Amino acid sequence: MSVLQSSSPNGLSKKLRFSPQRVVLRALLLGASLLVVPGDLIAQVDGQAVYDQWCAGCHGEDGAGAGPAANTMLPRPRDFTLALYQVRTTSSGELPTDADILKVINEGMPGTAMPGWEEVLTEAERLALVDYLKTFSRFFQGDPPTPLDFGRATSGGEDAIARGEEVYQSVECWRCHGQEGRGDGESAPTLNDDTGFPIFAADLTENWRFNGGGEVEEIYRVLRTGLDGTPMATFSDIVDAGVITNEDLWSLAHYVRSLSPEEEPSVEEVVTAQLLTDTPLPQTVEDVVWEEAERFYVPLSGQIVVQPRWFNPRVDAVWVQAVHDGQELALLVSWGDPSESPDTLWTDFGGQVVTTMGSDDEGAATGSGTADQLVVQFPQQLSEGQERPYFLQGDTRNPTYTWTWQSDIAGAFESIARGMGTAARQPDSEQHVRATAQHADGQWKVLFVRPLDTGSAEDLALTAGQAVPMAFQAWDGDNGESGSQGAVSTWYFLVLGQPTPVAVYVAPPVALALTLLFGLLVVRQAQVGSGMWREPDATARAKRAAKRKQLAGMGVGVIWLGMAFGSYQNSRAGWEAGHADLGFWWAIIGGLLAIAGLGALIGTWIHTRTSK
Amino acid sequence: MIERFSGLRNTVLLVSVFVIAGCGGGDGGGGDAGAADAAPAESPVDAATAGNVSGMVTFSGTAPMMAEINMGSEATCASKHSTTPTEEGFVGGENGGLANVFVYVKEGLESLSFPTPTAAVVLNQDGCVYRPHVLGAQVGQDITLRNSDGLLHNINASPTENRGFNVSQPVNMDTNRSFPVAEVMVPVRCDVHGWMMSYIGVLDHPYFAVSDSDGSVSLDGLPPGDYVIEAWHEQLGTMTSNVTVTTGGTAEISFEFTEAMAGSPVPMGEPIDLLHPDGHQAVDY
Repeated sequence: MSVLQSSSPNGLSKKLRFSPQRVVLRALLLGASLLVVPGDLIAQVDGQAVYDQWCAGCHGEDGAGAGPAANTMLPRPRDFTLALYQVRTTSSGELPTDADILKVINEGMPGTAMPGWEEVLTEAERLALVDYLKTFSRFFQGDPPTPLDFGRATSGGEDAIARGEEVYQSVECWRCHGQEGRGDGESAPTLNDDTGFPIFAADLTENWRFNGGGEVEEIYRVLRTGLDGTPMATFSDIVDAGVITNEDLWSLAHYVRSLSPEEEPSVEEVVTAQLLTDTPLPQTVEDVVWEEAERFYVPLSGQIVVQPRWFNPRVDAVWVQAVHDGQELALLVSWGDPSESPDTLWTDFGGQVVTTMGSDDEGAATGSGTADQLVVQFPQQLSEGQERPYFLQGDTRNPTYTWTWQSDIAGAFESIARGMGTAARQPDSEQHVRATAQHADGQWKVLFVRPLDTGSAEDLALTAGQAVPMAFQAWDGDNGESGSQGAVSTWYFLVLGQPTPVAVYVAPPVALALTLLFGLLVVRQAQVGSGMWREPDATARAKRAAKRKQLAGMGVGVIWLGMAFGSYQNSRAGWEAGHADLGFWWAIIGGLLAIAGLGALIGTWIHTRTSK
Repeated sequence: MIERFSGLRNTVLLVSVFVIAGCGGGDGGGGDAGAADAAPAESPVDAATAGNVSGMVTFSGTAPMMAEINMGSEATCASKHSTTPTEEGFVGGENGGLANVFVYVKEGLESLSFPTPTAAVVLNQDGCVYRPHVLGAQVGQDITLRNSDGLLHNINASPTENRGFNVSQPVNMDTNRSFPVAEVMVPVRCDVHGWMMSYIGVLDHPYFAVSDSDGSVSLDGLPPGDYVIEAWHEQLGTMTSNVTVTTGGTAEISFEFTEAMAGSPVPMGEPIDLLHPDGHQAVDY
C-alpha cells in the first residue's frame, strides 16, 4: 500500500483546542498527511517492531489483548485475533477499513486506556502498524471491506432533537442507556462484551468519553455500524426495513449529542461559592438556586498509589456547585452512578468487575455490594504559603478534615484523617455538617451544608474571600469499590464570594471626574501661559499661572497614583479570590496608572522648575 | 440485506453457479453438474437408494436445576408463558430423553456438495425466548431473525469461523442473515435480555437435526455409506458415533449423555488457524 486512505480530519476538530501551537501542529500534520507516502518508505518500517515496543504491553505479543498491563483495564485491550473492531465505517460484522484502524491508532479510544498515537509515532510507523495488526487474523486475507455511505448530517436544531427524543423512546435505547442517558437502563447490569467481560452502557451525557467519538456524525456512524464485540447493535436494518427513516436516525444522533454539554467541560482550579444576598440558602438538592449556580467539573481517577489500588473507577468526574449566605456553606455534588448501591440487580456485575480486575494487592475487594460513598476533603488547618496535605487524606503531619456521605446511612459526618483509610469520626457532639441525597436516573446529588465557622478548633473555618484547598473521593459500591479502592481527585480551591465593596462602583467615576477637572485646569493654564487668556498684569499673571499649573499637574499625578493604589488593591483581592484574570488585569491597569501618575508629578516638577 | 462476508464471496458465487448449473432439486436424478475439479460436484442423492439414521439422545443421572427467568420487567413476554419460564441450558424430556441436542453428520459427506436451500429457517424471538433454542442452517441459507415480541431485542451472533453480527430489532420485524462457512455452533445472545441464548449449527449439507423433547432424532435421505455422527449439547459437550447406512436401510444411533459430563468442554466453532507470519502462537478459543 502506498497512499493514505485515511488520516482524514474526521474528529480532528474535536481535538483542536484554542492553543495556537496545537493548531499549527495539527495544520502541519494535516498537510503532511495529504502527501503521498511512498510504499518503500512504509516498507522500511517494521510493523512488528513498532507493535512489540508500543502495543504489546497491553495487547500482548500474540495480539490476543492480554498483555502484562491488561488486567488493570476494563474494557480490556482489543483482542486482534478476533478481528472485532468497534470503530468502523462498515456494516455490523464487517472488517474495518485500513482508515478505520488508523483512525483509532491516531486518536485513541476516548473513555478507555487507549491513547492516541498521532504525535508519538511517525505516519509510516502507524501505517505499518495497521498492516501488522491485520496479520493477527486470517479474516483480513480476503477482499478489503467496503465502507458504508453515510450521506450528510441533517441540520439538527430543536425540531430534530425533539424528533430524536421520540426515536430514542421508540427504538428503546433507554433499555441499556437509561431514560436520561446515564447508562442506568434495566439491562445495563447484565451486559457483557463478546469476550465475556462486564461492560458498561455508555453514559450519553459524557460524549467526550464515547468510544466511537462524540460528535453527531460519529454518533450516527455508531448507530449505523454498531460497536462490534459489544452489546451495541446496528440500527441500519430498521432503516432498511422502513421502521424509521434515515432522517430519524440522524435526529436520534442529534438528540444523543444534545445530552452532553456543547464543549467538553474545562477544569477550573477554583470553585467559587456565590454569596446569596436575597435568596435563602438551599436546603434541598432540587432548590431552584442550583439551576443558576455555576457548575464546576472535577475529574476523578482511580486510586492507584495506596494498596489495595483500584484501576477501574466508576465515577469519572463530579460536578460541584456552591453557595453561601455569610453564615453557612451549601455544597452540591452531582455525579453519574447507575445504581443506588447496594442494589441486588448489580451485585453480579460488581462481582464480575472485581474478578476481572483480579487484583493481587493485599486487602483487595473480593466482591461487591457495599454502599456508595463520597468524601469532601479539606486540610484540617490552612498552612502559610501553598503547602497542602497529601491528597490521599493527608498524613500524620498534615491531617485532612473530611465530610463523608454514604448511601446506606442518613446524613454525613466529619472526620479527621491522617492517611488513606485512617479517617476518625469526630464525636457526635462535634458534628456540624448536614447532608441530603437523591438518586434519580443514574445520578447522585448530595447536598452538604455546614456553618462557615463551627466554633470548633478541629474543624476548618471558612472565611469569605479566602481560598481553601478542597478535594473529592467517590466510590461505587456496586462496582466493587470500597476502602482505598475508589476514585480520587487532586486538590482544588474553594473560595467563598464576598459582597462587592461600594468603592468598586464609586471609585472609577470619582477618579474620572477628578481627572477631567484637573485636566481641564492644566489645559486652561497652558492656554493662559501661551497668552490666549488675557490678563492686565503680565508678571502677576505669569506667576499665578505657573502656580496653578503646578497645582493642577501635581493634583493629576496624585489622583493617578491613588487610582494605581486602588487598582493594586483590586488586583490583590482578585488573586486571593482565585480570579487570576481579574488580578492580572487590575495589576496591568495599576501599573499604567502608576507610570502616568509618576510621569505627571515628574513632568510638573521639571516644568515648574525650569520656568522659574 | 447488506453485503457481507466479502472475503468469501467467490466461494458463495461458485456454489451458486453449481446450484444453477445443477439439477436444482435436492433429490432429483443423478445428474452431473460438469463442474470444475476445484469443488466436489453437486451430487443430488438418489432417493431410491438413500437410507436413514434414527435414534435417541438420552441423559442419565440427576438433571441440573434450571433457574427461573424473572420476566417481571417484561409483562408482554411474561404473559406469553403459562408457567414461569426457566433457562434452557438443559431441557430433559420423558423417559430420559434429552432435548436441544444438535445431531449432524460430521464426516462422510466430503465428496458431495449440496445446493443452498431457497427457503429460510426462522429464529423467532417470542416471549423473550428464542424459538427454537437450537437450530441448524445450511451454508448461505437465509436465517430469518424474527421479533414477535414488539419490544427491543438485539441478535448478537458471535461465531468463530464466520463473521458475526449484532442487529437491533425494536419492533416486530424480520431480518435475514446467513453464514458462508460451516461452523458448529454459532452462539446467539440478546444483550437486552441476558437470559436469551440460542445456538445455530451451520453445515454445508442438509443432514442435521435437533432432538425433540423425548430425545428422538433422525437424519433422513442419506446416501449409503459410512458416517461419523456427532451430538452436541450446550452444557454436556459432544459425543460421536460411527454408523453405516445401507441401501434403503435405517441405521440406529444412541447417544447417552451422563451427569458426569456436566462441565465438559463445549466446542464453539473450530479454533481459528492463525496464519501468522512471525511464528506467533495460534490462539485457542
